[in-house]
Amino acid sequence: MSASNASVSHIPSKLVADAAMKSLQRHKLIDQLFVILGMTILFASLLTLAVLFLDLVRDGAPRFGWDFFTNFPSRNAQRAGILSAWVGTCLVMLATVCVAMPVGVAAAVYLEEYAPKNIFTAIIEINVTNLAGVPSIIYGLLALGLFVYKLELGQSIASAGLTLALLILPIVIVASREAIRAVPRNIREAAYALGATRWEVTAHHVVPYSSGGILTGLIIGLSRAIGETAPIITIGALAFIAFLPTPPIGSEFPYLSFTWLSDPFTVMPIQMFNWVSRPDTAFQVNAAAAGAVLLVMTLAMNGIAIYVRYRFRKKINW
Amino acid sequence: MASSETYIPQNNQRRLKWRKSRDRVIEFGLLLSGLVAVFVTVSIALILVTESLPFFANVSLKEFLTDNLWTPMFDSPHFGILPLVAGTLVTTMVALLLAIPCGTIIAIYLSEFASHRTRETIKPMLELLGAVPTVVYGYFALMMVTPFLQKFIPNLPGFNMLGPGLVIGIMIIPYIASLSEDAMRAVPKYMREGSYAMGATRFQTATRVVVPGALSGIAAAYILGISRAVGETMVVAVAAGLQPNLTWDPTQSAATITAFIVQVSLGDLPHDSIGYQSIFAAGLVLMLITLVFNIGGFILTRRFREVY
Repeated sequence: MSASNASVSHIPSKLVADAAMKSLQRHKLIDQLFVILGMTILFASLLTLAVLFLDLVRDGAPRFGWDFFTNFPSRNAQRAGILSAWVGTCLVMLATVCVAMPVGVAAAVYLEEYAPKNIFTAIIEINVTNLAGVPSIIYGLLALGLFVYKLELGQSIASAGLTLALLILPIVIVASREAIRAVPRNIREAAYALGATRWEVTAHHVVPYSSGGILTGLIIGLSRAIGETAPIITIGALAFIAFLPTPPIGSEFPYLSFTWLSDPFTVMPIQMFNWVSRPDTAFQVNAAAAGAVLLVMTLAMNGIAIYVRYRFRKKINW
Repeated sequence: MASSETYIPQNNQRRLKWRKSRDRVIEFGLLLSGLVAVFVTVSIALILVTESLPFFANVSLKEFLTDNLWTPMFDSPHFGILPLVAGTLVTTMVALLLAIPCGTIIAIYLSEFASHRTRETIKPMLELLGAVPTVVYGYFALMMVTPFLQKFIPNLPGFNMLGPGLVIGIMIIPYIASLSEDAMRAVPKYMREGSYAMGATRFQTATRVVVPGALSGIAAAYILGISRAVGETMVVAVAAGLQPNLTWDPTQSAATITAFIVQVSLGDLPHDSIGYQSIFAAGLVLMLITLVFNIGGFILTRRFREVY
């Protein structure tokens, strides 16, 4: 302090104060400019989303109608619809959930509640983290080599469901782990004190209490899976499917049928890709309409996820 | 003193035994689920290597790495991966030039300037941008961004790498912004307070204290963004044209590694054809590129890690 005073002693103190003031004002101006810059970029990004959505709706508007959802694809753009696509998407998602949910939650429970701290556990953890960064088309190649040819599942709903389940597994595991970790320790200790085994503590307390977070992760994962195109193309899904898979619920005994798992199929994003890559502009209208439907599906799922997270957060107070 | 066992009825003890053995079985089942992740990693490596081995039996590694042409479906096929790698790197570069500055600025703004309420509302909305299906982004690049760019660059062809690159950039902004913001929020409050106490403004604190402190997390966010951009498929498959083209000029049309895999998969290839084998070789290269970026990122984050 005294040293700096000495070095500036020949300058009148008012000048020093003025200079400091000026510099401060300049820096505050930079602050304000940065706020404007940040808000502009943020606003522009969100505006892009709005423009994208509105443009799809505007371009696809002529096709919206009942027929679009109940017609099969057709060579005639006006008559083409997304029936086989949205049914295929629903069935593939069903297969994906059936695999991703049990495996993902079980893996998360193992890593959080059971795993000892050793190199073996560390390897599993590193694998989960790294899988999140693997490009989706690589999963497609894995599925093509493993499910389609080695396991001979063919180009079926089962192959697609398994592929997408593996793809979203890291998302489900990470989200479930976070939810499980948020359950306080004393809840577990109370259950142990009453003589519960580890599995009883997990199944009766930890998992039910973290179900909100687990559900959120699962929905986010599915919203990712629903839009995935590349891995499904790689396993060889066809774009032109003019029939529906066997319905999973039949009217005769045993009521449940699993033949749909081995049926050929198409899904929404593939249908859209097929239309978008045709030179005929009439099909671009179909592509826009299919894109709008797909986008609504994705955004709705994300909306549900945000709502579920919000509800569970509000309900819980440890 | 009587042992506690005398107080437990016989059937209760049997039940306890059963519950304990059930626990062991379940634990084993849970472990198997955890191992699925390891299984996936190992099978990806195995499938990519074994399925591309027949390809490298036909094509020498030297041709693969040095030939300037990639025409596996032609009568006189050439198998030089360079054009596809160039396409991938150019679109990734364009994407990063947009996404890294924008994502970082958004992250700094949300973490250091915005109110708690704004942050909690804006962040989920921003993350929606990353949830849009990529094929929809492809349509966006082809039908909106490219025509828009053509107003400024008259000679821009309908299929080019600039439009898709920018759209990929938009797509990865939320990843970069969200993860960087998380990293910045993890910087302890007292470091900011120390900086403010010295008379620093918010911007000075953000750029000289918070960003350096969060650098390893920010680098991890960039790496994830790069991985996404390198592996992005549908945007380029739709809007960049599917012609392999060895060029570093983003206004030209070209194919990326991912777009080539999609193009080949669209045709119905027999299992033992060279085309089928070539997509696994391409996939292997893609995986290696991703791996190089990730290892590089890992080393960088190690170096920049700050311990509080």
